[in-house]
Amino acid sequence: MSGYNFAYLDEPTKKMIRRAILKGLAIPGYQVPFASREMPMPYGWGTGGVQVTAAVLTPEDRLKVIDQGADDTTNAVSIRSFFRKVAGVATTTRTREATIIQTRHRIPETPLTEGQILVYQVPIPEPLRFLEPRETETRRMHALEEYGLMHVKLYEDIARHGAIATSYAYPALVNGRHVFDPSPIPRFDNPKLESPAIQLFGAGREQRIYALPPYTRVQSLDFDDHPFEASKAEGACALCGATESYLDEIVADDRGTRRFQCSDTDFCAERRAGAA
Amino acid sequence: MRAPGFADPPRDSARVFRAAMEAMARPGTAYAVTGPEVPGLSPAAAVLLLTLTDPSTPVYLGRAAARARDWLTFHTGAPAAEKSAAMFALGAWEDLAPLDPYPVGTPDYPDRSATLIVETSALRGGDARLTGPGIETEARLPLPDRAAFARNAGLYPLGLDFYFTCGSALAALPRSTAVEAR
Repeated sequence: MSGYNFAYLDEPTKKMIRRAILKGLAIPGYQVPFASREMPMPYGWGTGGVQVTAAVLTPEDRLKVIDQGADDTTNAVSIRSFFRKVAGVATTTRTREATIIQTRHRIPETPLTEGQILVYQVPIPEPLRFLEPRETETRRMHALEEYGLMHVKLYEDIARHGAIATSYAYPALVNGRHVFDPSPIPRFDNPKLESPAIQLFGAGREQRIYALPPYTRVQSLDFDDHPFEASKAEGACALCGATESYLDEIVADDRGTRRFQCSDTDFCAERRAGAA
Repeated sequence: MRAPGFADPPRDSARVFRAAMEAMARPGTAYAVTGPEVPGLSPAAAVLLLTLTDPSTPVYLGRAAARARDWLTFHTGAPAAEKSAAMFALGAWEDLAPLDPYPVGTPDYPDRSATLIVETSALRGGDARLTGPGIETEARLPLPDRAAFARNAGLYPLGLDFYFTCGSALAALPRSTAVEAR
């Protein structure tokens, strides 16, 4: 593609983003400010993830993009074709074959490996934002390791519902120091945050980048008498019969019949291909 | 004649950054890079500067590396700086030590800290045992002054981050890595 620089962004912008990524990896879970650029898509469509992907992409990469686990949604298809066009990279829907996976709100079911990079699209990077609206204040709270408010919030869940009701964007303590927001992945995915792959998080509108190096300790916040539980819907996938994967509940007809289906379309398709 | 920069900057720097990122994510593991021959610098140190520095990143150069100042200014526009104002510093360990003058970040912004690129003669072996994020069990790296790196790790989440360059290979040691004697 002529008329665009490799991977769309100009080189000075990539340098700035790359420096932020390196500091993010050096301080796992800490949100590094960066000068987010306007991208050819609206905020909320993954501008942060796209900028991080553009900064780490090499010509030899094979890119996969998922939206809530699915390869075939508008967002995933558009971002895949965007990078095919502006970087000339190969794309795939197979988790196993991808070197970079950009994701909105899911971690693939297929375990990731050492050579892979997972790039998250993040709407609100600050885990304390809904408890304390002032950026100056949340920044100070991270500096002082003052996370009591977050435990109060989780405790109030228990007081009100008998269990921790936070089901997505479940806060976790990274490397024993920074509480971070894993983006709105279901809490079912939280145990997978401890991974052999490199995980990068990009928030475009909020102008933050953060990262988890491989094998970083990630402890989902909980209490001794209410330990963390990676929950999912009880049921089996209507297509492949999987009971171990994260399931979406789908209304199947006008009478309100419901069924469950794997949220990870590649995982589901591979299981069906294997069974056939 | 001034030494060249990257032949194909977008793609060359993308590949170098990937190696640099993998290295920072996996402390103690060496990665190979390719780049131009620059007097005063190892190829790995030269490509790190080309990939990461620009007019917004003051760079301190040690004695041998100072020969590359014109080259750096021409290709990246990075200004010269004292140790206390440097975002990047490059040189042999004797040029860079002690570590006290470099910015280690602030409690509110621990990312506003310097990255030191240490030219060294080996990236394998060594008597330092490394553990922490990015390391499954433990890693090793020959360190010029184990105590200085252990003190740096003690500042976490503040602190300096390091690259070690040897010929056309590089390895990293972020502040998050615990450094002990083995």
